[in-house]
Amino acid sequence: MDSDLSPQDKKDLDKFIKFFALKTVQVIVQARLGEKITTCSSSSPTGSDWFNLAIKDIPEVTHEAKKALAGQLPGIGRSMCVEISLKTSEGDSMELETWCLEMNEKCDKDIKVSYTVYNRLSLLLKSLLAITRVTPAYKLSRKQGHDYVILYRIYFGDVQLTGLGEDSSRLSAGFQTVRVGIVGTPIGTITLSCAYRINLALMSSRQFERTGPIMGIIIDHFVERPFTNMAHMHPCSYRTPGEDEGGTYAGIEDSQEVCTTSFSTSPPSQLYSSRLSYQTPALGTVDLCHPTTCTAAVHPHQMVVPGKEGGVPQVPAQPNHGTAAEHGRIPSCPTGQSHQPAPPTSCGSEVKTMCPSDAPETTFTRKVGAFVNKATTQVTTNSLDLPFAAFAPRVYDLEENDPMVHPPPSPAPSSPLQGSLHSNSSSHSGGQPHDDFVMVDFKPAFSKDDLLPMDLGTFYREFQNPPQLASLSIDVSAQSMAEDLDSLPEKLAVYEKNIDEFDAFVDTLQ
Amino acid sequence: MNCRSEVLEVSVEGRQVDEAMLALLHTILLHRSTGKFHYKKEGTYSIGTVGTQDVDCDFIDFTFVRVSSDELDRVIRKAVAEFKDALGNSGSDGVGQISVEFYQKKKSRWPFSDECIPWEVWSIKVNVVNLANEQERQICREKVGEKLGEKVINIVEVINRHEYLPKMPTQSEVDNVFDTSLKDVQPYLYKITFQITDSLGTSVSTTMRRLIKDTLAL
Repeated sequence: MDSDLSPQDKKDLDKFIKFFALKTVQVIVQARLGEKITTCSSSSPTGSDWFNLAIKDIPEVTHEAKKALAGQLPGIGRSMCVEISLKTSEGDSMELETWCLEMNEKCDKDIKVSYTVYNRLSLLLKSLLAITRVTPAYKLSRKQGHDYVILYRIYFGDVQLTGLGEDSSRLSAGFQTVRVGIVGTPIGTITLSCAYRINLALMSSRQFERTGPIMGIIIDHFVERPFTNMAHMHPCSYRTPGEDEGGTYAGIEDSQEVCTTSFSTSPPSQLYSSRLSYQTPALGTVDLCHPTTCTAAVHPHQMVVPGKEGGVPQVPAQPNHGTAAEHGRIPSCPTGQSHQPAPPTSCGSEVKTMCPSDAPETTFTRKVGAFVNKATTQVTTNSLDLPFAAFAPRVYDLEENDPMVHPPPSPAPSSPLQGSLHSNSSSHSGGQPHDDFVMVDFKPAFSKDDLLPMDLGTFYREFQNPPQLASLSIDVSAQSMAEDLDSLPEKLAVYEKNIDEFDAFVDTLQ
Repeated sequence: MNCRSEVLEVSVEGRQVDEAMLALLHTILLHRSTGKFHYKKEGTYSIGTVGTQDVDCDFIDFTFVRVSSDELDRVIRKAVAEFKDALGNSGSDGVGQISVEFYQKKKSRWPFSDECIPWEVWSIKVNVVNLANEQERQICREKVGEKLGEKVINIVEVINRHEYLPKMPTQSEVDNVFDTSLKDVQPYLYKITFQITDSLGTSVSTTMRRLIKDTLAL
């Protein structure tokens, strides 16, 4: 089979497949960052845009993809999969979709590698761009933030779809498949498809069952927190590796000095833990399983959106803690392409060579959420009978053991965090990460299914943090007695003037 | 060679017409646009880069991807606006169809003008509905969003069959295959037309005018 392919064509084809796989992962992951993506067209070829498409390369995603591939290429029996899952603030997670890049044995011997295959791969990437905005996970990813985050995991080998069904016996009913497209090559047909969960309501109802009614348990409704719609607030911009301060990544224990190429899906203030709860693995961070032993192949990685400032940026868990890191010098892939309408000759020569596989690896630290201390044991809901025990009042725990009151030695980047624990009337935005977990799909009592944008649940969420009443603010209470007395005569005069009204009012009461 | 013809149908509310048409037309054009060609020595060329951007719809729960080219966007928007006006003028029960036709030019000898040979036509049939209240509108937002998603999947499915595409042209022939008038991207030669059917199902003059124009052009 391969003997029909010239060595140059074989080499080109392998390169195309490799970079196609990397670009596929980039498109999928970027589509789940929760933001709109924009890239610019350029009339002059830069020589570094594979498939003539402007698809940025997020270094950590490339790193993950290369790690998953481990030097192999997707081929017959070796599929590359990107699994997208959702993880709630409660710690529940659910697989949403799995994108599979596979190859089957059907070959197209006559097809021209350097021209037709390349152009069709380009078309397939465009289709992928379109389809990634259409599956249900896209809308979920645009709304991620407070209640949940979207995670991705790349693996190589056999496709695993069991997590998409409700349970193994109803596997076939749990998900649907959409085929993005196929491209025939002389060594097999490349297929790109997506299997996505169709029953997204499952999660909210499951969560609801588990936690019971919340009305009586969330006590602190008026703790201020920033806006809900963080997703639209930050452009998808990220710093290139060259701009990082200090190229080394700290080990997993560390924190908040995060590698600047790691991005947060949610701004720092969203990693809150309730003041009343002590378990706080903040969203998707620490306990994403076994901190020191997770491997890229097994555990999901935090989705990140570049450029979000402050607070607790989240970093995909990487087992390579401790290794010196160098920011991905992984070039996004080069070659100047020069197409020829007439058959022969290979594509243009490479402009840059790829980063050798033994280049220093980038280490990504796991981002530590606010108040999280992996080492200490934390109160979990399992240890208490109460559903939603995480929000239960302090009776169940002593202040001395409260990791939030006495934060662990690991870096707490935002100092206001500690202050906010004890203040209950601060009403500043932005600087103070908050203490509230809001459930996904909050269903307030007596409201019907929300068809309207402004239903009761939305109303609750939007108006949960009203500004403080002026009469309750300290300033007012600091008003002196003298001023009170001074204003008395005026007040009395007014009242006397309106005495008839008051009398009439009193009459109505009788 | 037969022209490939695909028909997509959507039912939308009046204010959703623009966005629904833009979403579908841009999706089609995304797949039918390449970067600008730069010819070097005879027979070799390089291709520019096509950027993309996400567009959120205001009246539909949907996001689509379009080519990052403001010029192209303006052209499409203008055509859609004309279509919408025509639909609006035809009365509230209007049904209309907007089509994008990809064609190749074939040079003819004088005095005949160049022939336009279509190789792919996409027709989007639109049925405008009226809704009574806000709740129905909200449901419509979501439903139309899902429908558009299905249409995008249909479009992608057709395109990925990899059926006929014009051969890559030489430098002298490039204007017969591609629209080279834009500065940042290069779609295949296309034209957008529309026709409005009123509630009685009869076509109005738009189609007739087009037919007459085409006949005279020959």
